[in-house]
Amino acid sequence: MAQQKSETVFAPWDDPDQKPIIQFKSVTKRFGSFTAIDNIDLDIFEREFFALLGPSGCGKTTLMRMLAGFETPTEGTILLEGKDIAKVPPNKRAVNMMFQSYALFPHLTVYDNIAFGLKRSDMPKSEIAGRVEEMLTLVKLNKFAARKPHQISGGQRQRVALARSLAKAPKLLLLDEPLGALDKKLRQETQFELMDIQEKTGTTFVIVTHDQEEAMTVASRVAVMDEGKLVQVATPAQIYETPNSVYVADFIGEVKIIEGTATPLGDDRYEIQWAEGQPAIRAACSTPLTAGSRVFYAIRPEKVAITAERPKDAANAVKGRILDIAYLGNISTYHVELPDGQSIKAQTANNRRLARRSFTWEDTVWLSWTDTAGVVLTS
Amino acid sequence: MNIRRLFLIAVPYLWLGALFLVPFIIVLKISLSDAAISIPPYTPTLDFSGGWEALKQFFSKLDIENYVFLTEDDLYWKAYASSLKIAIISTLATLVVGFPIAYGMARASDEWRPTLMMLVILPFWTSFLIRVYAWIGILSTEGFLNQFLMWIGVINEPLSIMNTELAVYIGIVYTYLPFMVLPIYSTLEKMDASLLEAAEDLGCTRTSSFWLVTIPLSRPGMIAGCFLVFIPALGEFVIPSLLGGSQTLMIGKVLWEEFFNNRDWPVASSVAVILLLLLVIPIILFQRNEEKNKELEL
Repeated sequence: MAQQKSETVFAPWDDPDQKPIIQFKSVTKRFGSFTAIDNIDLDIFEREFFALLGPSGCGKTTLMRMLAGFETPTEGTILLEGKDIAKVPPNKRAVNMMFQSYALFPHLTVYDNIAFGLKRSDMPKSEIAGRVEEMLTLVKLNKFAARKPHQISGGQRQRVALARSLAKAPKLLLLDEPLGALDKKLRQETQFELMDIQEKTGTTFVIVTHDQEEAMTVASRVAVMDEGKLVQVATPAQIYETPNSVYVADFIGEVKIIEGTATPLGDDRYEIQWAEGQPAIRAACSTPLTAGSRVFYAIRPEKVAITAERPKDAANAVKGRILDIAYLGNISTYHVELPDGQSIKAQTANNRRLARRSFTWEDTVWLSWTDTAGVVLTS
Repeated sequence: MNIRRLFLIAVPYLWLGALFLVPFIIVLKISLSDAAISIPPYTPTLDFSGGWEALKQFFSKLDIENYVFLTEDDLYWKAYASSLKIAIISTLATLVVGFPIAYGMARASDEWRPTLMMLVILPFWTSFLIRVYAWIGILSTEGFLNQFLMWIGVINEPLSIMNTELAVYIGIVYTYLPFMVLPIYSTLEKMDASLLEAAEDLGCTRTSSFWLVTIPLSRPGMIAGCFLVFIPALGEFVIPSLLGGSQTLMIGKVLWEEFFNNRDWPVASSVAVILLLLLVIPIILFQRNEEKNKELEL
């Protein structure tokens, strides 16, 4: 996948010599008594595809609107290429935005919509037509240049909006829930198109989304936000595999959170007592924990194996009864109830046909996972 | 076609036929007649009792003499031209006054909008005639406006606004303002606010985004408002006769004088028929505009 490729070659955030294109320095934004953004520090690097992810009302849109210039920070500074942009109005910023509603001008053709920004710039008239053609080719809409926005489909409108916001070759492109209005299939296709276009143009993209799958697919780094704060900023793989808090673990993907008390075993290994009559969970954790401290153990369903017999060499194994099976075609999720009433999910790939599936409802099974499968969290 | 559908279609057609087509045919017929000192004051009158011969005679007496007369006396030409001029100027003036009002309403916060809308519609609750009379009290030489201006010392002599074309413009703008404000407001109110942000984002200043986005998008509303003002203003009678005095020439007034002072019904009818033909053009254009907007919304 593209994201793994870029992971090996593209990681400016780990390179101390790289200068970020965008810097938020202790930025706070209040609307009356409501704090939308709470003291945020954030660096975004050139050519990054950066995703702001969070539930609605977490402040991600406000953060983006401050970059576009529609809101000004109450406190702190935002730097674009090292310069404070607080005083620069939206029409003078080398930043363009793709709006959630697309905001295409209904009275202008597709061509004129894309040319709109160019005509306001100091680009000579003779070059505008060429640039618009280039943009139309990029989003594969040459045939629709003469149509008005109401004469094309939703997916095409989305591409016109993208072309229009890219036409002025901004240093930074902001995308506000760009795929929200598309149906699932089209959305997935468009995600890859977006990544393609981002790579082709080399523009820095900042995308706002509440769809974690979308953020994971397109972004080089993801910032998970909650109530105006950045909870974790990391690559999609890090966010998924090593979330820094229960909030992030729970927000991204499916997870089972088990509460318990930790006992050190030495060598970064711990035992977690979590339920009466259940064997302690053995887990690895690099942050030192004191004996008896309260921890949350997060385990994802695909890391849990399901077997009929107790596996011999598993670090963790619990016995339970299959309560429910969610068949999703490519995978199945088993809801397994433990004797104490808690339930843990296990996921298996359906590489066999349905008729030959090994387990069914009410079967007694063993769930097992290794000591590095789960994450120990303290908050 | 079944009877139910026929009945449904028949109702509006009967309505139009009885209340528009029949009166129009009567007016058309009178316009082709000759004036006479009798009751009714024209000949011939239709008499079915005379049979086929009398009917033939009736039709042979109709002629276009009155229409020829309209072209001979320059009073009518001038009245039409002057009405046209007054209607056009007052329509544009209404647009200039009405647009900022509509814009302000559309920009106002949600809790203020119903109140502002109410204020625009409120004058309709009083009689039109009384409101025009009120303007006499404001505009006359001893009126409120002159007294106020003299009191604050802007002028020493009272301005003579009453009985001029200016008074007619003021009257028309005042009376028809809601017809301009409401359609413009409805287009502005529908406008997505993010369009203006998008324009700014793409390099527009506040002013240029107003001219490049707000104005083109509110054009359908402006066109509709202009027609709604222009069409009744062209045939306006009450305002010029109450505020315009004897010098203001408008076709509505000429029509009234022909009917009631001159008692020349045939000439008055032909003036009315020509006025109607003149109005058909803007009415058709108005309908086109409406249809085009509907298409855009689909």
